Amino acid sequence: MEEGYLYYPGCTLKTKASDYEESAMAVMEALGKPLVEMDDWYCCGAVQSLTEDDIMHQIAPIRTMCCAQEQGEKEVVTLCDMCYNVLKQANERMKEKPDDLETMNEFLTEDPDYLGEVDVHHIFEILRDMKDEIKKKVKKPITDLKIAPYYGCMLLRPDHVAIDDTEDPHIMEGLLETIGADVIHNPKRTECCGSYHTVNRSDIVEKRVEDIVSRAVKDGADAIALSCPLCQFNLDFHQRNTDYDIPVFYLTELIALAMGIEVGMEKHKIDPRSLLKDKKILE
Amino acid sequence: MSEDEENREMVEIFVMGKRYKVPKGLTIMTALEYAGYKFVRGCGCRGGFCGACATIYRTEDEYKFKMDLACQTAVQDGMFLVQLPFVPAVREDFDIEEVDPKDNDNVMLDYYSEIARCVSCNTCTKACPQDIEVMDYVQAALRGDIERCAELSFDCIQCGLCSIRCPADIKHYHLAQLARRITGRYIHEHSDELEKRVQEIKNGEYDDKMKEMVEMEMEELKKLYEERDIREEG
Repeated sequence: MEEGYLYYPGCTLKTKASDYEESAMAVMEALGKPLVEMDDWYCCGAVQSLTEDDIMHQIAPIRTMCCAQEQGEKEVVTLCDMCYNVLKQANERMKEKPDDLETMNEFLTEDPDYLGEVDVHHIFEILRDMKDEIKKKVKKPITDLKIAPYYGCMLLRPDHVAIDDTEDPHIMEGLLETIGADVIHNPKRTECCGSYHTVNRSDIVEKRVEDIVSRAVKDGADAIALSCPLCQFNLDFHQRNTDYDIPVFYLTELIALAMGIEVGMEKHKIDPRSLLKDKKILE
Repeated sequence: MSEDEENREMVEIFVMGKRYKVPKGLTIMTALEYAGYKFVRGCGCRGGFCGACATIYRTEDEYKFKMDLACQTAVQDGMFLVQLPFVPAVREDFDIEEVDPKDNDNVMLDYYSEIARCVSCNTCTKACPQDIEVMDYVQAALRGDIERCAELSFDCIQCGLCSIRCPADIKHYHLAQLARRITGRYIHEHSDELEKRVQEIKNGEYDDKMKEMVEMEMEELKKLYEERDIREEG
């Protein structure tokens, strides 16, 4: 796509994580490379099935790849880490296993065959390559904010779909420095937030969240930055039973703020506005 | 050989495994009645609107199930038929006053959380005798686009074939009904004209005209229908 990027939203971006979609779209618009939503797309399935013969759970992501192919595009950009991980893994599997691709195409009779030529990218990969452009657009560097980046699992594991070094990632640190933030080194940044245990084992998630947030606070962080809507929910919501209440931002919200773009931040459980006002980032 | 079989072209069908010869051109429903079955359930309007006569069949040399409405599909030679008395799918109770989509990120998930299990296999769409994009409306519900779910599912007659075939146990036609009710109650613009007309009916302003029409001869009624004036008021 010449004018921007073909964008796969995923269901959560249209509901609970609408703050993320709004801020990411505003940032990309301001950078002159707007995110253009796909004409048609399907729920990725949210969890990648690891069973060898389970082709059925690969259908949804590959259907979305077919939609991109039909639009004549070779690249799809995602915001949600879960969607990124599932789409990428399913897509790579089709590229690496021609037998699976054949089985898939036999089943998807209503679409033209998927040729395996589409690539999946996460928004951070796009932003990493646009750091110079971002720097030029920064109007209010967020210098007073001490931010601990948090990656979670889905951007980094398994290794073959990782957007950065699995053990020692720097992609978020680089972006935070670009917008002037005071980056707090976060040794817990690649640990799991507890993920879907939030549904019926919130005790597990609370322990994970306490562990991650307490370390960030101890190291002086005012807030956490991330991109996964599930991590955001867990780290934000489950601080309620801990001694902490630091805001959990989508990184794109911080980039938008630094660019002087107004963003809603409507769905945060811990309202970030008072922190932003204290730091004179918001009026 | 009966008189019928001498004079008419017959086809051979199997009902619950038993062989029957029935006249070509009958619908599945009338063919079953011809064979001596009496419908107590699984039969309604006989016009393709009520959705009561969902049926599953197979044909020779084809392993896949086929699905249709028994009142709308002609019998073919070599059809293997079963009748479905009803579709067992649970409809969730809801209070229309408590399902405002503005109060919730996705009210559809509160009532029909199994939509999150959709694997996009599209089997529901393939099963639909109304040619509705069933998978697409489930996907719309999943992303909270209730209006689109309602719009795509508008022609649904609730036969339930989608739900019979779904590997994820989704109750498509029930969730689509919820989407349409929410759309009517909260999303579509309020219609003053509708309210005005309902009030006129309640006031009995059309009682005389209605009585007149009920008593009319069929030809007269047809003429009235064909010559009706449907221009907008004012």
